Amino acid sequence: MYTFAQRLKLTAFVLMGLGVIGLTIGFLSTPDTVAEAHALVADAHGGHGEDHGDAHATDMHDTAHDVHESSHDAGHGDTHDDAHGEHLLHQLQNRPWAALYVAIFFFFMIALGTLAFYAIQRAAQAGWSILLFRVMEAITAYLFPASVILFVFLVLTGAHANHLFVWMDAETVAHDEIIQAKVGYLNVPFFLVRAFIYLAGWNIYRYFSRKFSLAQDQARDIRNHKKNFRISAAFLVFFFVTESMMSWDWIMSLDPHWFSTLFGWYVLASMLVTAVTVIAMISIYLKSKGYLPKVNHSHLHDLAKFMFGLSVFWTYLWFSQFMLIWYSNIPEEVTYFLTRIEDYNLPFFGMVAMNFLFPLLILMSSDYKRSNWIIVMAGIVIILGHYIDIFNMIMPATVGDQWFIGWPEIGGFLFFAGLFIFIVFRALTKAPLEANGDPLVGESERFVY
Amino acid sequence: MSSKLVHAVYDDDDTLLHAVKDVKKANYRIEEVFTPFPVHGLDHAMGLASTRLAVTAFMYGILGFTVAILMINYIMIEDWPQNIGGKPSFSFLENMPAFVPVIFEMTVFFAAHLMVITFYLRSRLWPFKEAENPMPETTDDKFLMQVALSGDEKKLTSLLKKTGAIEVSIHENEQA
Repeated sequence: MYTFAQRLKLTAFVLMGLGVIGLTIGFLSTPDTVAEAHALVADAHGGHGEDHGDAHATDMHDTAHDVHESSHDAGHGDTHDDAHGEHLLHQLQNRPWAALYVAIFFFFMIALGTLAFYAIQRAAQAGWSILLFRVMEAITAYLFPASVILFVFLVLTGAHANHLFVWMDAETVAHDEIIQAKVGYLNVPFFLVRAFIYLAGWNIYRYFSRKFSLAQDQARDIRNHKKNFRISAAFLVFFFVTESMMSWDWIMSLDPHWFSTLFGWYVLASMLVTAVTVIAMISIYLKSKGYLPKVNHSHLHDLAKFMFGLSVFWTYLWFSQFMLIWYSNIPEEVTYFLTRIEDYNLPFFGMVAMNFLFPLLILMSSDYKRSNWIIVMAGIVIILGHYIDIFNMIMPATVGDQWFIGWPEIGGFLFFAGLFIFIVFRALTKAPLEANGDPLVGESERFVY
Repeated sequence: MSSKLVHAVYDDDDTLLHAVKDVKKANYRIEEVFTPFPVHGLDHAMGLASTRLAVTAFMYGILGFTVAILMINYIMIEDWPQNIGGKPSFSFLENMPAFVPVIFEMTVFFAAHLMVITFYLRSRLWPFKEAENPMPETTDDKFLMQVALSGDEKKLTSLLKKTGAIEVSIHENEQA
């Protein structure tokens, strides 16, 4: 049995405390009026706008940008100046909410990705990973609290506590034919009902798989194992459909004009690679404290192979999405990448280095995949890289070029990191760290690469 | 130096793997093992040094990567700039996303083919080469272990029999 180390518990509380401070500062420093918003921006980035365009503009971008600008002008007409100030105010008011949303979703996604990875192991009757089941179950313990927080957040958003989703704003929809055509799907009640169905389905699977997993420890037959196999297979079918829809609802609909057919996969890749990385890092931490004695280098090697492979898989999807849209250069599609390349240049390309080049080069060698400190180092970069990935998915549509990694962003990350650590490690204390009743545990113990 | 080899034939890969470990433990030198398929863990049991093929694969990959960049830059930018989809045709960097699939494929192509060729060279294999395996059945369902004969002949034979060999025979070492 694992006992929650006092120092780790303290760390978790300190992270949460710092996070609350950061978020509070973030929420208190938003402007209330258009004048305040102008003053804030003038202070922070004097002359930022001018040199920005020159630095990144290219022939291709200019062409598309012109189209974008002219449609923008036509929409706003004479009141362009005022509308601009209003827009700026909304962006600045959105910032702490968007930062909160990124952090909530990021840690939620780790738990959900781990749940999917766990279900795959169960459904595939994998032999190697049994010794890591309790670590995975502890991570998925975070799913329920995160689901509650996320759902409350979406309800607040639906109640107009913030303006993250443009399509929730009746005024905007009245002037937007494209969104009007999507109202049958994109409306607040249906949005919340869908969110409830996804979250309920995932949490019900998590509840029963954990229950059967613990029951199997005491059982003399393998009934619970078989039940787990069956519900895992059913869950995976449900999950892959709902995960795709979740990614449209919660992320892609932030840009309601834009769509990408592989977006669900893309989010899934981000989810799985972060989840496997967290599984590896928690396993290494527990091993360094003398727990999980039977987990050997081969298990960690396999996790590192997954980190490597899924990083490449993520890149494949990132690039597939990017190249097709970049090549066809259709204005309503390409604006998505235009805002990211012009306003988010560093995070957008920086994350490709962090999520692709770094793991590719450092995790390529078989020996490096067996070295704990290299897995941890690559893991930290991958986790931060995928945080930036989620950041790049959510921020451009909500705060535009007014992004910054400051108080609310860091605060949100720290708060949910602390909460995640607290809940995951508390869940680890609740059950033996080895699933000894599992019929395949022997195979996992003897597992040699 | 011994000029004689003992051939022990097995009909099961698990038995063979245990036999290799036992023979190693008894301090005999295993010259070679012939198997119809790769036996998992055999290289480790025989104490073979781990392969450096992966390093060559990495270098070949880098070579393919470089060749692809030079090639596509020459074809699409320098020699005959082409306007495809309105993309500027005089800059490699701004056309780079379109070249990534080509660069990727060339990297894999170079790494894979050159690695196979390296493997053939290293294993001294070439077309029309005469087979070296002492017993054709090792390409079907039998496993053969070649052990250098040192010391008591009977002792080694009985050891091999005990490890589950279905046939033990002594041969002149033609290569020595």
